[in-house]
Amino acid sequence: MVSKKQHMILEVKNLKTYFDTPEGVVKAVDGVSFDLKKGEVLGIVGETGSGKSVTALSLLNLIPQPAGKIVEGQILLEGTDLARLNPRQMQKYRGSKISMVFQDPMTSLNPVYTIGSQIMEAIRIHQSITKNQARKKTIELLTMVGIPEPSRRLKSYPHECSGGMCQRVMVAMALANNPSVLIADEPTTALDVTIQAQILELMVKLKDRTGSAIILITHDLGVIAKYASRVMVMYGGKPVEFADVDTIFYEPLHPYTRGLMGSITRLDNKKKQRLLAIEGSCPSLIDLPPGCTFYPRCPYARKRCAQSYPGLEQVNPGRRIACHRWKNFRKGYNEGKP
Amino acid sequence: MFSKQGTGKVYNGASGYGYKKTSLYRNAWRRLKKNKLAMVGLSIICVLAATAIFSPLVATHDPTARIKEESFRSPSTEHWFGTDILGRDIYSRVIYGSRISIMVGVVAVGISLAIGITMGALAGYFGGFPDTMVMRMADIFFAFPYILGAIAIMTVLGPGLVNIFIAIGILGWAYFARLFRGSVLSVKNKEYVAAARALGASNFRIMAKHILPNSFAPMIVLGTMNVGTAIIVEASLSFLGLGVQPPTPAWGHMLSESLNYINIAPWMMFFPGMAIVLTVLGFVLLGDGLRDAFDPRM
Repeated sequence: MVSKKQHMILEVKNLKTYFDTPEGVVKAVDGVSFDLKKGEVLGIVGETGSGKSVTALSLLNLIPQPAGKIVEGQILLEGTDLARLNPRQMQKYRGSKISMVFQDPMTSLNPVYTIGSQIMEAIRIHQSITKNQARKKTIELLTMVGIPEPSRRLKSYPHECSGGMCQRVMVAMALANNPSVLIADEPTTALDVTIQAQILELMVKLKDRTGSAIILITHDLGVIAKYASRVMVMYGGKPVEFADVDTIFYEPLHPYTRGLMGSITRLDNKKKQRLLAIEGSCPSLIDLPPGCTFYPRCPYARKRCAQSYPGLEQVNPGRRIACHRWKNFRKGYNEGKP
Repeated sequence: MFSKQGTGKVYNGASGYGYKKTSLYRNAWRRLKKNKLAMVGLSIICVLAATAIFSPLVATHDPTARIKEESFRSPSTEHWFGTDILGRDIYSRVIYGSRISIMVGVVAVGISLAIGITMGALAGYFGGFPDTMVMRMADIFFAFPYILGAIAIMTVLGPGLVNIFIAIGILGWAYFARLFRGSVLSVKNKEYVAAARALGASNFRIMAKHILPNSFAPMIVLGTMNVGTAIIVEASLSFLGLGVQPPTPAWGHMLSESLNYINIAPWMMFFPGMAIVLTVLGFVLLGDGLRDAFDPRM
């Protein structure tokens, strides 16, 4: 266990990020805990509004101020609690120890600068090196992310590059300072399918080379299946299930996870079966009822689900779940009917 | 070279398709060139700037030299725009007067722009209390009629060129601040700003490198148009005797001198008046054209 602890790069403990709005307090992230080992890819899945992106922004301490605030919890990056750092200290960590790739590469690059100058900026924020050295490093980075003719591409503006190329540039910028943790917030949502695969392959390949860990946020379960080693499923700002990737796909226990699995097309499905949909929509995160957040949409709900929130329960090492009735689904899960 | 409109792609003969550099400002310039009225405005401004810089070469007489025998001459080949009561050559005075007008227009707008950008950036970027403070201050300035405010400041500071800069510059900041705050607000939520922050950029760097260049275009438009306004205010102040002091030639001052002789020497009023109208028209036309040029939807 001791050696395992040493490999832990990031530990998030009971993170709570709330937003003050005129309508009330939005509990966007409410008690998220997870850890990340060196070289690992952790997938975070959940539908829109489940708190995935806010979790990511919390890690970087980039919650929109002054409405949002990390009210509780620890974010331990190699032993340093990021949630307690002052803005100036945090600035040093962003981009150097922990960095992020955003969803839409076309809007994540500043339209008025060349991609070369933006990558150079990313390097020179954290490293005191000369312009020439930075340019050399930029060319290296561009080569690393697979951009042809890097010394010519340096001078291109973002609008002259394709979406895939822009995302490669974003990856280059994020990895410019060899961060320990790379957060990828739906990095391929804005790209077409063939480019998606290239970008993800690239990130995983570079992860192995630089030894950083990746937090992959997505709502694409196919991406999770291929690239993540462990998965956290989020719903209504809370983590509802943790497991390694095989377990999640072969034996999902939480009704929400099972709903997600039922809603994807499977090629091995012999019977002509309709795709399942999870009825209803994600709850408003203001004034959540005391019970399980998934209760109103859960086909397996019982009375006590409405009364108390099920805490995360350890099923076996590496597997946790927040559901009152998970044991019922375990036995003969295949026949598990409402 | 055959240029395909809009795509930025250029067919450059044997080497095939290459990329022609495009940017906001390049594209705007391309659109501006097609706008005839704007180009008229730009030409007026260029001619004016040239006359202001090369006044001694363009003028035919010393603008302050009084020749008693030559007073109230109507326009002729000797005195193109006629002479005034003191026998000074009006053409030369109009030429030299452009110096004051252009200088006031540019410097005063420069001051407004500097204050306005600083305050607007403060308000837009930080929001909350700074925002409220700056915008309420701007509201107070909006409540003053421009000329009245200028008169008030000039009365306190006393007449003189530098004081005109200060008065007009200070009065104009609120327009720039309000506009700049708006564009900062829209740019600051752009993803590339979040991305820059995620890379560890400081507030100052984000402001200077990412927000400012992306929200500057409307300031160019407003600045150009405000040069016209500033010139009118300067003329009004000079007209009222609060501006540049004689014998330095200033258009507003020339107008006020002409008032008493409207019947016997109308040229005294006509030429400086036309100069003001043309100058302001030039800036307004260019400003209008710039606004269209920066907005691709037009």
